[in-house]
Amino acid sequence: MLKDKLGEVIESSTTGFTAECYELYSLPPFGSLVKTADPPVEIYGVVCQAGTSSIEPGRRPIARGKDEESEAEIYSANPQLWKLLRSEFRVLVIGHKQDGTVYHYLPPKPARIHAFVNLCSPEEVKQFSRSFDFLDLLMNAGPQVPVEELVSATLRQMSTAQEDQRSFLVAAGKELTALLGGEFTRLKAILTRLK
Amino acid sequence: MEERTNPLLGTVVAGSVEKGVDIRLDAHASVEDMVVGRYVTIEGKKRRFFGMITDIRLGVTDEDISMSPPDASDPFMVEVLDGTATYGALHVLPMLTIGGDVASIIEGPQPVKTVPSHFSRVSLASEQDMELVFGKEDSQRFWIGNPLDMETKLCLNLEELVKRSNGIFGKSGTGKTFLTRLLLIGMLQKSRATNLIFDMHNEYGWEGSSESAGRKVKALKQLFPEKVAVFTLDEENSRRRGVSTDFTVRIGFDEIEPEDIAFLRQTLNLTEAATEAVYQLRRRFGRDWIQKSLDLADADETRDILQSMNIHESSFQNLRRGLATIRRLPFIVSKAPVDAVKTILEYLDRGMNVVLEFGRHMDITAYMLVANMLAHRIYRRYQEKTEASMAGNVAPPKPLVITIEEAHKFLNREVASLTIFGTIAREMRKYNVTLLVIDQRPSAIDEEVMSQLGTKITCLLDNEKDIDSVLAGISGKNELKTVLARLAPKQQALIFGHAVPMPVPIRTREWGTEASYKEFARGLDVRQQAEKDIKELFD
Repeated sequence: MLKDKLGEVIESSTTGFTAECYELYSLPPFGSLVKTADPPVEIYGVVCQAGTSSIEPGRRPIARGKDEESEAEIYSANPQLWKLLRSEFRVLVIGHKQDGTVYHYLPPKPARIHAFVNLCSPEEVKQFSRSFDFLDLLMNAGPQVPVEELVSATLRQMSTAQEDQRSFLVAAGKELTALLGGEFTRLKAILTRLK
Repeated sequence: MEERTNPLLGTVVAGSVEKGVDIRLDAHASVEDMVVGRYVTIEGKKRRFFGMITDIRLGVTDEDISMSPPDASDPFMVEVLDGTATYGALHVLPMLTIGGDVASIIEGPQPVKTVPSHFSRVSLASEQDMELVFGKEDSQRFWIGNPLDMETKLCLNLEELVKRSNGIFGKSGTGKTFLTRLLLIGMLQKSRATNLIFDMHNEYGWEGSSESAGRKVKALKQLFPEKVAVFTLDEENSRRRGVSTDFTVRIGFDEIEPEDIAFLRQTLNLTEAATEAVYQLRRRFGRDWIQKSLDLADADETRDILQSMNIHESSFQNLRRGLATIRRLPFIVSKAPVDAVKTILEYLDRGMNVVLEFGRHMDITAYMLVANMLAHRIYRRYQEKTEASMAGNVAPPKPLVITIEEAHKFLNREVASLTIFGTIAREMRKYNVTLLVIDQRPSAIDEEVMSQLGTKITCLLDNEKDIDSVLAGISGKNELKTVLARLAPKQQALIFGHAVPMPVPIRTREWGTEASYKEFARGLDVRQQAEKDIKELFD
């Protein structure tokens, strides 16, 4: 049922999950809205962290391109690299959908391991971003995530799905202003990244 | 509650009965569209409130914003912050309230005794709201102007107004005369009262001048020839100005009483002793005392007379100089051919309004002498008549409104007790005589008199003392101060007191154009028609 899948869940908790991409480097953009399913619930989240590393934590990649002309040649000369490396992304859960209704709070259960992860279509993004209640979850993303970057990236990503991008961003900005009362420097940092 | 016609402005966030309520503006309402002095309605849970905007503030939720403001050239940032982190706030003074139940609606607006609850919605008062509070133009209400920035006609109940003494104040050149002319026309049209106007600058009788337009504007008699009579002290001047006068006032020496002189003490520069001497001379010489005193030759014989009365030579000379000033006034004759007071009273009894022009005699001595003398005698007659009517013999006299300019000369602390105007202002309507006081220095007027004025209409004032004295004793004084100090220098005034349910700043009605004259004349037609209809109905 989920077409165009990006990857699948390999680690999961109530507040978020980690997914591995099927293709090396085919990571979704930072801040984009993705979803996974745990029927009948669809779990929505934003990409808050992504990276590529060795499949074995103990084995670090080594530099190989000394005698090669381009980066592509390294990969063609060492086809095993496609199997030894993997791209992963971490998703912060910001809502879910049940019986056709979108809720901007955490789902009752975390995502299941091996559940497929998909990028949301513009229509889904539009439906999800009708309310800004998810901003509160984003703002509390935790110490590992650069919150200002995440919030602004998410809103920028969402704005591309809107007909009137500017008024969407203004409305979001106003919501943020209310959330960040008394923290003008943080607010300013986010707002300058929204343009 | 009623259907709302005006957009919402914001919500109530704080407040107290004493200081008024704070309103946070919604993001869509611009601070720059708000004006101090405008009316708003607040929809409380159980009742509606009417209040006036008395202050407008800019607020920030975070002090950092004012410390390091964002780049103003960035429209996105400004748009986001507008109405959220930076917001407009209004301070509103609730003045009237109307309950939601039927009984309270019938009762009408009442003075405020509470504040609206948190988050009550606020909107600008609609035309209907204003009409609900101030009433429509009718047989008793006169359209005097419009509330600031509104098209609603603000109407004064003149029948109520003339029941008490009233004051019109304002710096010179702020439109006091225009306002007075309007009010006089209103009284002519809408109240039963007759007017006696001591017209120092010849502005009310035939025509006046408009400072800004530099042209002549019609005054009372040109519009209502059958209701207004112009009396003059200076026939020649009136003729030259093309005024058709009805009567030339002459004042006889024998009509001047010692009290009249005593009250002119300051203007005539008389000493205490000289003022005392006046009474002794009157006792000795009788009615012709002025003539006889002036005739006293500078001889031993005179000295003996003075000595017998215990009057010091220098005091007598001081008094003579003062009396000579009066004698030099051209309208003073040794014996008046016709009794001016009697004539004025006859006109007033016929329901005519009398404007007394002073012509070239614009000096304050002449004005004070004549105004005080005539008013004193007229008041006495009214007193007699009212007392007679109390005894049940005759109908009480028609209410009389006496208009005086430069009122602080009559009503200052030193002379207020001596002049008749002080008495009229204090005793008010007991004898059906009230005052319309026009002045530019209200602070010089006796506080006791000021406190007795029923309705005060004030144009722009900028002297702190004057503002204080005009607003003395009114609730929300400090808030109204802001409103008063921000009136436009022309055509705007603040009305408060007995005749209006709450203080209201207005833009005065247009006066001086052909269209405006027609409108006034129409007002009269309606009234006359109504009177005619009533008469026909009962005849």
